Amino acid sequence: MSRSPHAKRLPRIRQARTTPPWWFALPALLLFAFVVLVPSARGVYYAFTDWDGLDPHFSFVGLDNFSDMLRDADATQAIWHTLLIAVSITVIQNAVGLVLALGVNSAIKSRNMLRVFLFAPAVITPIVTAYLWRNLLGPDGAVNSLLGAIGLNGWEQDWLGDPDLALWAIVGVIVWQFAGYSMVIFLAGLQSVPREVHEAAAIDGAGPVRRFWSVTRPLLAPAFTINLMLSIIGGIKLFDQVYALTGGGPGHATDTLSTLIYKDAFTLGEFGYSIALAVVLTIIVAVASTGQYLMLSRNERATS
Amino acid sequence: MNRYGRRTLALELAMIAGALFVAFPVYVLVNLAVRPTADTSSPISPTTSPTLDNFTQAWQQGALGGALANSVLVTVCSVVIVLAVSSLAAYPLARVTAHWARGTYLLVLLGLALPFQLASLPLYQTMRDMGLLGSPWALVLFYSGLQVPFTVFLYVGFLRALPPDFEDAALIDGCTPLQGFRYVVLPMLKPVTATALVLNTVAVWNDFFTPLLYLSGSAQQTLPVAIAGFVGQYVTDWNLIFAALVISVLPVLLLYFLLQRSIINGFAGGLKG
Repeated sequence: MSRSPHAKRLPRIRQARTTPPWWFALPALLLFAFVVLVPSARGVYYAFTDWDGLDPHFSFVGLDNFSDMLRDADATQAIWHTLLIAVSITVIQNAVGLVLALGVNSAIKSRNMLRVFLFAPAVITPIVTAYLWRNLLGPDGAVNSLLGAIGLNGWEQDWLGDPDLALWAIVGVIVWQFAGYSMVIFLAGLQSVPREVHEAAAIDGAGPVRRFWSVTRPLLAPAFTINLMLSIIGGIKLFDQVYALTGGGPGHATDTLSTLIYKDAFTLGEFGYSIALAVVLTIIVAVASTGQYLMLSRNERATS
Repeated sequence: MNRYGRRTLALELAMIAGALFVAFPVYVLVNLAVRPTADTSSPISPTTSPTLDNFTQAWQQGALGGALANSVLVTVCSVVIVLAVSSLAAYPLARVTAHWARGTYLLVLLGLALPFQLASLPLYQTMRDMGLLGSPWALVLFYSGLQVPFTVFLYVGFLRALPPDFEDAALIDGCTPLQGFRYVVLPMLKPVTATALVLNTVAVWNDFFTPLLYLSGSAQQTLPVAIAGFVGQYVTDWNLIFAALVISVLPVLLLYFLLQRSIINGFAGGLKG
């Protein structure tokens, strides 16, 4: 007798278990829509207008903002700088990070302390490290003093004031700050490589280089994916460090898409044009991340 | 294979040399921050008569105390909100297999690819029209939405690897879905919550672009904006600027060295999450 109501209730419980209510997602979705989705969609729309950011009357100008961009030397240069910075950071930061990770993953005694020290710059506010380096790289700064002290007076430079050097100085500062971040991610990957696999390869006569190439490298594929993704997208969006180190100068020698977007919108009042630049930035990020995702997921499949 | 031989010693020395190279700017930072303005010797030679005057002066003239309080307020509120709404949202998004749930999750992931530069200019207009410019609450609102895609992504990935048996048991025992979430799901999410906490806190604390847009010129600044304003005002007085930089870095580094294990795991944990 007591079994029948129970049996009746069972299907209802089954239904309840498979569906947490949809409204649980509502607060997050509303915030996401308000801050990201709706403004991004409006941004794409404004990119085809001549809006100045204030005047409620503005007109639709089609592709004018984009064709202006092609004629605007500052804009084409900024796009080039953005790509150059992103690619250089990606290559150098990950190479340094990988070397550091291999070093810290060895039998050395100071490995735990080194790991903590080398990662430390990555948690410091980027604008703060940038102002620090702006002084260090100045004509009377510590970098030149150090070069002088070790007898390399001929290498002393105005690192940020020289249009040919400034961009590379910025790349150097970013690598200094974030190589430890790449290191930590590579290290997590390295520690997932089973020791027995290494020992088996060593017994089979593989030297350290061969062991790295054939055993470690394939198993590091997920760490590579994350690291390359983080550094290339971070490099494309870069703003804080450029703003603080050079402000885009000397002249426009280090302007990136992000600094140009800021200047055009807030010092020149060209909102429509500025947002068109942001659309270009979005397209570059999208192309870079899909391209990288496709390439790396193919590699991961091929090697695993 | 792990014997500590001559080669290991060479590697050890090389790595320590690398670490000293990384630490060199920090040495100069502190060295110049404790130096009287009159001392114009080389920035790399140790300061002979150190003083704390720069710190007291920077603290007073840069209004750094207020900026520090604002940064703490904005970071704590934003991170609490984003963790709460994202974990709650991840529950149906990870568990429900209907089309709407998959579609919604994909829409949220799209947010990962959209750079903030695209949204920030139109949103600036909206915030201005709502009268929120100059208020730290505008930033709390901003980060609470901006960090949703990444945080939901972490939570959904983690939840999908967990079996639903515990929640089911709780619901059969008569929990409401909200109680089931609060007392059963949320405790199981602890490891990924730690990762999300670390990554969101660092991201919000360090951000400069958005507070520069929303707060510049107002009395309510966060630490990065206050520092930028300070540098603009005291362009040539680097001893004073460096003291301000030390003040702004100190709480972060103290926290980092105290909690280094969980912080580093948080950053590396994004890999598995």
